Amino acid sequence: MKTPIYLDNHATTRMDPRVLDAMIPYFTEYFGNAASRNHEFGWVAEQAVDKARKQIADLIGAAPREIIFTSGATESDNLAIKGVAEMYAEKGNHIITAATEHKAVLDTCKKLEKHGYRVTYLPVKGDGLVDLDMLREAITDKTILVTIMYANNEIGVIQPVAEIGKICREKGVLFHTDGVQAIGKVPVNVNRDNIDMMSITAHKLYGPKGVGALYVRRKNPRVQITAQMDGGGHERGMRSGTLNVPGIVGLGEACAISQREMPEEIKRLQYLRDKLKNKLEAGLDEVYINGSWEHRLPHSLNMSFAYVEGESLLMGINDVAVSSGSACTSATLEPSYVLKALGLGDDIAHSSIRFGIGRFNTEEEIDYVADKLIDVVRKLRELSPLYEMAKEGIDLSKVQWAHD
Amino acid sequence: MAYSEKVLDHYNNPRNVGSLDKNSPEVGTGMVGAPECGDVMKLQIKVNDASGLIEDAKFKTFGCGSAIASSSLATEWLKGKTVDQALNIKNTDIVNELSLPPVKIHCSVLAEDAIKAAIEDYRKKQGVKAPASAEHAVA
Repeated sequence: MKTPIYLDNHATTRMDPRVLDAMIPYFTEYFGNAASRNHEFGWVAEQAVDKARKQIADLIGAAPREIIFTSGATESDNLAIKGVAEMYAEKGNHIITAATEHKAVLDTCKKLEKHGYRVTYLPVKGDGLVDLDMLREAITDKTILVTIMYANNEIGVIQPVAEIGKICREKGVLFHTDGVQAIGKVPVNVNRDNIDMMSITAHKLYGPKGVGALYVRRKNPRVQITAQMDGGGHERGMRSGTLNVPGIVGLGEACAISQREMPEEIKRLQYLRDKLKNKLEAGLDEVYINGSWEHRLPHSLNMSFAYVEGESLLMGINDVAVSSGSACTSATLEPSYVLKALGLGDDIAHSSIRFGIGRFNTEEEIDYVADKLIDVVRKLRELSPLYEMAKEGIDLSKVQWAHD
Repeated sequence: MAYSEKVLDHYNNPRNVGSLDKNSPEVGTGMVGAPECGDVMKLQIKVNDASGLIEDAKFKTFGCGSAIASSSLATEWLKGKTVDQALNIKNTDIVNELSLPPVKIHCSVLAEDAIKAAIEDYRKKQGVKAPASAEHAVA
């Protein structure tokens, strides 16, 4: 077993060597511009792009022409939200999103607020899911777009996307979802899920960084968006710029592999994730799972270890790459806004660790991480005045802490 | 983020972890910080009546590695000092010794506060009025 062990697969994933193999010829051998219509080099590149477009579309139940290539999900989120806001400005100026969205969505919405749009940030329930009744009530005749992520990047909970899409359909409002964490991990289907637009990125599903896509529905309803970059009018006029052919080939191949292997992969990752959870729960008292357990990605675990602080925990497992909801290193010293949106106390948010298990993790690694973590938590609890107080029967929520 | 050798050493081998009898008149206890801020330090000193020297110091800390290292270092420095000498320990000394980066300076401030709070508690038990110079020690 090699260390460090990578368990931060929500942040990015290692590229699958099969994806790299597919990409390599498109750097030096087939280097043509896919927009060059008058020679062999261009045709070969275009064919490769068309194949990838189909591979991506197949994975999500879309038509190839509905895939618009971008530089990644941040661009896709921006393009979808700003593109709809601009295109449908005469219809309305209201957008609905959720408090636990990725910054690429939240900050785009905030930008639009500065330009006169009105944004509703729906709170989430304690399990991290949006309340469908609240969503229904939030929609007005000025609402043009609902943007709610498929699965959350910090806690891994899967939103009731099909129901959200259904409500949007009924009300005649467009529905965009950031599908980054879910695509290739769980079955996603734009028709079953009533999705009008969806952001995709390659590097979360074992593909290369710097390439992504936006699914844009072409019928029932036909979605139109205003391009956010001006240029050669590529991608049906929605996104100008010479296509990143090797990257697109990589994204396509990554989708094809995920589609082929998903049933097996889900089973394997879920087994490893459940083993990690069970070992931690057996070895330690007062550990808590953050977010719905039932509605969750199979490779995802977010756990709080009461009475120990997340960063010190990470320091103790420095040969394991994970993330913490503690923001001790950030300038604001604020813990994760996602965990806070679940209604968790700051202390529990500070004690959280996000585990993202991926295609290349082994059972040996999971055993090692669980054992090591149990050791470190026990050691840090020996060091923790809070654990000592709790064991003495003191209710920590009633203690008058000395604030500055 | 990279930690200094000294922070890592204190984190991996924390000195003087534990608790002293908080009801003893010879023991002063300081508890500073709050769980929601991500740092709580408990620091205790035991002062020898005859010599006036701090003969033992213990800590427990909930916080990041730098907070643990700051309080561990503080207990090391406290031992063998008089209470007045202990009041001269400054957070900047801790910053320098541990090479703390700017975002971790608050950990050293908390350790200094913990020292002052422990001394304040000790003096209160001893019936000694805090000297006016130690502003943190005002009861």
